[in-house]
Amino acid sequence: MTTTPMVEAIGVCKSYAGVEVLKGVSLTVNRGEVTCLIGPSGSGKSTLLRCINHLEKHDAGKLLVDGNLVGYELRNGRMYERNDKQICSERSQIGMVFQRFNLFQHLTVLENVIIGQVKVKGVAADKATARARELLTRVGLEAKEKNYPSQLSGGQQQRVAIARALAMDPKLMLFDEPTSALDPELVGEVLDVMKDLAKSGMTMIVVTHEMGFAREVADTLYFLDRGVIEESGDPRSVLSAPKSERLRNFLSKVL
Amino acid sequence: MATNGDDTIEVVPVRHAGRWVGSAVALLFIAMLVHTLFSKVPTGQRACHVVNGIKTCHPIVAWRFGWNVVFHYFGASEILRGLVITLELTVLSMLIGIVLGIFLAIMRLSHSRLLSGAAWSYTWFFRGTPVYVQLLFWGYFAILYPVLTIGLPFLHVTFLHLDANSVFSPFRAAMVALGLNEAAYMSEIARSGLISVDEGQIEAATSLGMTHAQTLRLVILPQAMRVIIPPTGNEVISMLKTTSLAVVVSLTELLGAAANIYGSNYQIMPLLIVASLWYLIATTILSIGQFYVERHFAKGALRTPPPTPMQRLSEDLKGIGSKFRTRRGASESGVRP
Repeated sequence: MTTTPMVEAIGVCKSYAGVEVLKGVSLTVNRGEVTCLIGPSGSGKSTLLRCINHLEKHDAGKLLVDGNLVGYELRNGRMYERNDKQICSERSQIGMVFQRFNLFQHLTVLENVIIGQVKVKGVAADKATARARELLTRVGLEAKEKNYPSQLSGGQQQRVAIARALAMDPKLMLFDEPTSALDPELVGEVLDVMKDLAKSGMTMIVVTHEMGFAREVADTLYFLDRGVIEESGDPRSVLSAPKSERLRNFLSKVL
Repeated sequence: MATNGDDTIEVVPVRHAGRWVGSAVALLFIAMLVHTLFSKVPTGQRACHVVNGIKTCHPIVAWRFGWNVVFHYFGASEILRGLVITLELTVLSMLIGIVLGIFLAIMRLSHSRLLSGAAWSYTWFFRGTPVYVQLLFWGYFAILYPVLTIGLPFLHVTFLHLDANSVFSPFRAAMVALGLNEAAYMSEIARSGLISVDEGQIEAATSLGMTHAQTLRLVILPQAMRVIIPPTGNEVISMLKTTSLAVVVSLTELLGAAANIYGSNYQIMPLLIVASLWYLIATTILSIGQFYVERHFAKGALRTPPPTPMQRLSEDLKGIGSKFRTRRGASESGVRP
């Protein structure tokens, strides 16, 4: 068992068209831990998440996943950009769940969970189908496998999206506001699946506005504001005794 | 308010006077059209015959639209051969158009300025010049390049010499001309389909570890097809009729075959009708085909796919049955207090 953290960010910066979204963010996520990122919109939470699986390129700083630089390789003291194939293989080991589910609309629920296994990992079709059914049972949707995403509720779609990500056997799961697009009564079913996943020992980074979930499940909580980490630590102490003015302000608005 | 026993409202519907007048006028025009289509006119000739030494004459009349001639040539072998060439030309040039069009659309959306610029220029040129001119260009291509050579560019290494005149037969010239022209239009149709797919779909595919090519092939194109198919159906029907221009490269397709016949017997109108009827039959079959292709690619986009005409028919039949049943049921419930 190695002791390298699953994710390590050191002074990560990112700008879009001259606007600095991340201004030197550093964080550490240990294996098997659940990390929650909270903060107002535009604070850079989603951008940080997207940098971790290289959906966005960071401009400065160091970002390591499982001990490897994301998107780059260090050889003889120089940074080499990784080629598409290597980046794809890195991404396939990191599951991502989106705010708007992004299930493939033209595929059935079962096909959504199979396609990555077969086309990216090269798993045989029958094995992939068996694994997909097992995961759909785990998220409680085994009866919906023949349905198309448009025929499901938001909560059901998000649970399929989690199953689709899990089908790749990821070492790390990223959740980008997974319950923000859901009707309030559907939030619980998605959070339950995520709690289950946390209990099973999955390393998770969750961008969320669900303070109850953060308090209950997270091992570490980070509060981002204007591209920097304002506060971090044990969620219970951070949430009940916020030190900074900004976090107090933010919490008074969301709680 | 008058009500039946079962609470349904009995309504006296509004009378629409304008609708009645409009219908009467339309009916009048339809009657005139049918009358003139099937009228007979004197040919100017007279038929005379002698009975018991008395000669009687009467003018000969014939269908104004020459329906007997239409009927005679409808299944003529020249016409059918022309029809086959028209259909072959339509299918092959549309295939070239669709495949090349999708490639151009992908190029157009590329991050490389050169690739997207090249695709844009292609569309600009082929859409900006008349298809008639393009047909003539490929028809007379052999004047520009009498001999086609295949080899390495700029190195004077050649593998193969071909006689351009035999390579560009009238059929192939028309196929290339119509296909390349169609690609310009198809690229815009394909591009509109590709950009209609939600960006989230691309992100989801990327985060699963799919390559650009896999994302395009497995996620974007299948969903873009839903947007691409209807205008492509339009293009196929349009192409079917545009093939008639191939007469200028001396290809005897459907209209050319009809023209050959009326060139010798001067029955111009009846033969134009023969050709038109075949065009109508072909477009009708294509429209039916389009319905089923659209339905296939609509998978998942609609919660309930639209019924096929056969399903609709059986629903209607069931509907009539249930109407009778409810009417009976209604009268029964009406008895209840």
